[in-house]
Amino acid sequence: MDAAIKITPLHDAHLKLKAKMGAFAGYDMPLYYEAGVMAEHHWTRSHAGLFDVSHMGQVMVTGAGAKAFFEKITPSSFGAVPLGRAKYTVMTNAQGGIIDDLIVTKVSDERYFAVVNAGCKDKDFAWMKQNLPAGVHMDIMDNRALIALQGPQAEAVLRDALHIDADGMPYMWFMETDMADGTHLFISRLGYTGEDGFEISVPNDMAEAVWTHFTMHGAVKPVGLAARDSLRLEMGYPLYGHDIDDTTSPVEAGLSWVMGKDNTGFTGADLVVPQLARGTARQRVGIKLTERGVAREGAEIVANGAVIGKLTSGGPAPSLDNQCVGMGYVPAALAAPGTKLAVRVRGKDIAAEVASLPFMKARTKSMKLAA
Amino acid sequence: MAQDIKYTVEHEWIRIEGGNVAVIGITEFAQDALGDLVFVDLPQVGRKVSKGDDFAVVESVKTAAEVYTPVTGEIVAVNDNLSGDPELIKKSMDDGWIAKIRMEDPAEISGLMTRADYEKFLADNAH
Repeated sequence: MDAAIKITPLHDAHLKLKAKMGAFAGYDMPLYYEAGVMAEHHWTRSHAGLFDVSHMGQVMVTGAGAKAFFEKITPSSFGAVPLGRAKYTVMTNAQGGIIDDLIVTKVSDERYFAVVNAGCKDKDFAWMKQNLPAGVHMDIMDNRALIALQGPQAEAVLRDALHIDADGMPYMWFMETDMADGTHLFISRLGYTGEDGFEISVPNDMAEAVWTHFTMHGAVKPVGLAARDSLRLEMGYPLYGHDIDDTTSPVEAGLSWVMGKDNTGFTGADLVVPQLARGTARQRVGIKLTERGVAREGAEIVANGAVIGKLTSGGPAPSLDNQCVGMGYVPAALAAPGTKLAVRVRGKDIAAEVASLPFMKARTKSMKLAA
Repeated sequence: MAQDIKYTVEHEWIRIEGGNVAVIGITEFAQDALGDLVFVDLPQVGRKVSKGDDFAVVESVKTAAEVYTPVTGEIVAVNDNLSGDPELIKKSMDDGWIAKIRMEDPAEISGLMTRADYEKFLADNAH
């Protein structure tokens, strides 16, 4: 193993589980375990999958100016957001491109918790520091691991394994809680699979103990990054560096819903906001193959014999009987669902069409608090 | 008979039928490396192939693997059953063969590995 490659606090646990390891974003990470990608994918949709996502970046931003800070670096609005609510958003650059996508949770009026992509965290944290106003403090929490528990049995597993009751906790909400031994957890009800589930931030020295509480549960199997990718692909969730990047605007990426109506002062707003009314030349769309075949990232998208783009993600969808699905950018005139296209694989054109995202309905909880 | 099976460094197996037809599939090692199979892109019958050409692609959830021919010749049959059930590749040589190639020069197979050679090759390349 390359000496420069990083590991998470759960690395030993993965080796004990005989994971097939591989490099991802500079970390030696589990790609799949003994069950294999397909079984892990289906298990997550039917029971509960356990994922090590400790490579992701966690940061706490505190101070009276925290709200203004997040409304500067993202196009979202946080004023009306209730305490304990998590929001999916993006950080934009001056050209209106996406620096990263992230989750920002308003823990209190002066305390915001953010989780960013592993492969982006160095540039993200540098960008955040550069934009940090006086009086606002950011604490990069590399002393914490992050464990995702995803699937229809996640709530029951959380109750059984950690004695934490999340009944009544809506989707995209956050809570802080202490385990019986005093371990302080941040629990967010969200994920990257389209299933109900949680992301649990735990101090590094307790990460393996928490992980093991979960793996001992009969409804839980560990799931590697390969199935994490096929699960998110079925939901049409963009993967940074593939489906979105520094050159894609939130509007063309189909993420204008993250933009707050009253936030016109974010970085890149002068370029991004007019796109809402004017539209964009290209749009990110879902694409499904209507003939047999497999098309992956990089395959050319063809319309009327001309290459109009490339798949930014693609592969078989295990929950859709392995039908091949993907995403890519196409000219706005060809972005309507049902538009006939082809995808070129090894010189052969496979029939495809634009499809609405997600490819299958999310099974996450309601976002509304119970009355 | 096992001694009639030859192997390549790209993890294909080759069984000779009737003296000049090579039946080609992928080895257990390749099957394990690929994982769950979802699609096999089969060639057209009648296609001429040269030694070293890729003539089929086996797709799993996570990756795609080209299948190479170690012999020059013409594809005389493909295993259409794999279209409906790609996992047949793992069942047996009789169920999981990919294509049959009529060889121009049957002597080409003499340079391929025996089972013992292939097992040694796998052991030497294990890490």
